[in-house]
Amino acid sequence: MEAEGDVRAAVDAVWRFESARLIGALVRILGDVGAAEEAAQEAAVAALAQWPATGIPANPAAWLMTIAKRRVMDGFRRAARQDGASAALARDLEGSLAADPADAVDHVEDDVLRLMFICCHPALTTEAQTTLTLKLVAGLSTREIARAFLGSEARIAQRIVRAKRTLTEVDAVIEEPGGAERAERLTAVLGVVYLLFNEGYSATEGAEWMRPPLCDEALRLGRILTALVPDDAEVHGLSALMELQASRLAARAGPEGRPVLLDDQDRARWDAGRIRRGLAALAEAERLAGEAPGPYALQAEIAACHARAATPEETDWPRIAALYEQLARRTGSPVVELNRAVALGRAFGPEAGLALADQLVEHPALSGYHLVPSVRGDLLERVGRREEAAAEFARAARLAGNASEREFLLERSRAASVEG
Amino acid sequence: MQFMCMLKNDERSAPAPQEVYAAMAEFEQEGRRNGTLVELGGLLPSAAGAIVSLADGRISHVDGPFAESKELVGGYAIIEVRSRDEAVELGRRLMAIHLEHAPGWEGSCEIRQIAG
Repeated sequence: MEAEGDVRAAVDAVWRFESARLIGALVRILGDVGAAEEAAQEAAVAALAQWPATGIPANPAAWLMTIAKRRVMDGFRRAARQDGASAALARDLEGSLAADPADAVDHVEDDVLRLMFICCHPALTTEAQTTLTLKLVAGLSTREIARAFLGSEARIAQRIVRAKRTLTEVDAVIEEPGGAERAERLTAVLGVVYLLFNEGYSATEGAEWMRPPLCDEALRLGRILTALVPDDAEVHGLSALMELQASRLAARAGPEGRPVLLDDQDRARWDAGRIRRGLAALAEAERLAGEAPGPYALQAEIAACHARAATPEETDWPRIAALYEQLARRTGSPVVELNRAVALGRAFGPEAGLALADQLVEHPALSGYHLVPSVRGDLLERVGRREEAAAEFARAARLAGNASEREFLLERSRAASVEG
Repeated sequence: MQFMCMLKNDERSAPAPQEVYAAMAEFEQEGRRNGTLVELGGLLPSAAGAIVSLADGRISHVDGPFAESKELVGGYAIIEVRSRDEAVELGRRLMAIHLEHAPGWEGSCEIRQIAG
């Protein structure tokens, strides 16, 4: 006999670790995401009912898989009384259940990766992609996702339903992306994971400036990807980038959750274990990429420049500026150019940074982006144009979506106008 | 949150090292696939180690093997999970894998949350 609370906790934990594999395998069998998720959940419900009496099985994942497949087969059998196609499916499944379990294990990595590809299908909006990835791959409940995104549970549930409907409409499950399409889909998956990380690292909305649990989810997804696609340089590059950035999480927030700038951070609070793992992943990314590091590896290399500097003064800013230039060539992103302006300012003086930042003011893709006036404000302050700096910080504060950041920018605006 | 799982057993009655390695290899593979495993390491028998201690203001040391200790740490894993319950479930998996791969192995997994 197991206590009911223990069983609940065990089922929750097993669900979180195993649901992606479970749902991935069931998607392969059923050809439908919604039906696969339902069958997997039914198995979890069965576990809650049975494990208190039988005890937690030695291999809970295998137990859940067997039950889920059995339920699916029962469903096919019932339908088989009406039509022949279901009868054939039921026979196939019976065959696969009877086969050597080691056989099924070989599919597992493909199943999870395919599930990730489905969740990041191009027919879905980015919002839908991130939500489905959290639900089906990371094993979060709708309530947990709602909490993470500060949305209502009903809205998240609706988004999931709509996303699944879209997937059915475009026959997403049937596709087996290969070649260039596979590469594109993997890029989409990495993009979704990094988006999740960033939403945790500097939240775009709400009162909290950071939401570390989202970072943890993204880091976990990154680790899963390195196991699934170990020969892809950018998979390791992304893992490196996230580990290196996450190493600063504890040092980035002050006592009241307010942001602490890189220069002011207590570097002793940087997580040495994460830095070590980040640098190891970066070395692997660079080994695999050879001469042409991808955007994630380049960003990780920039993060590594900070991680390697024991004090802000030791930071190799000329190298960071050069890396941003490489990254700008790769991505053509004006946000990267903005970062390069910061690096130039540090490496060669604020005038050098300002020259580039001034060019970005009119860039259409950056209109309304609070970091443009924020970066300009900083550079203007350092060349002594304090009034203009104060105005830029005030403008940045109006554009910032996040309360802590807004407060921080207003303070800088006041400081710039007072100290002049 | 991160936990350190310290795998302890009586090294005098441990089964063949290959069996224990096979168990740890499977745990490692599972942990990588589900993204919970951060680091994993095995320790050589205590004969290769030493204990340095401070007592009554005096520092002393003894070389291994540590004959008087029954359970010794033989390996460790650092895992990243969301709760102690999840850590316990992984600890249970680790024991189940030992049961399967290294029959006769008896021991425990001490699970401690890493500060910070």
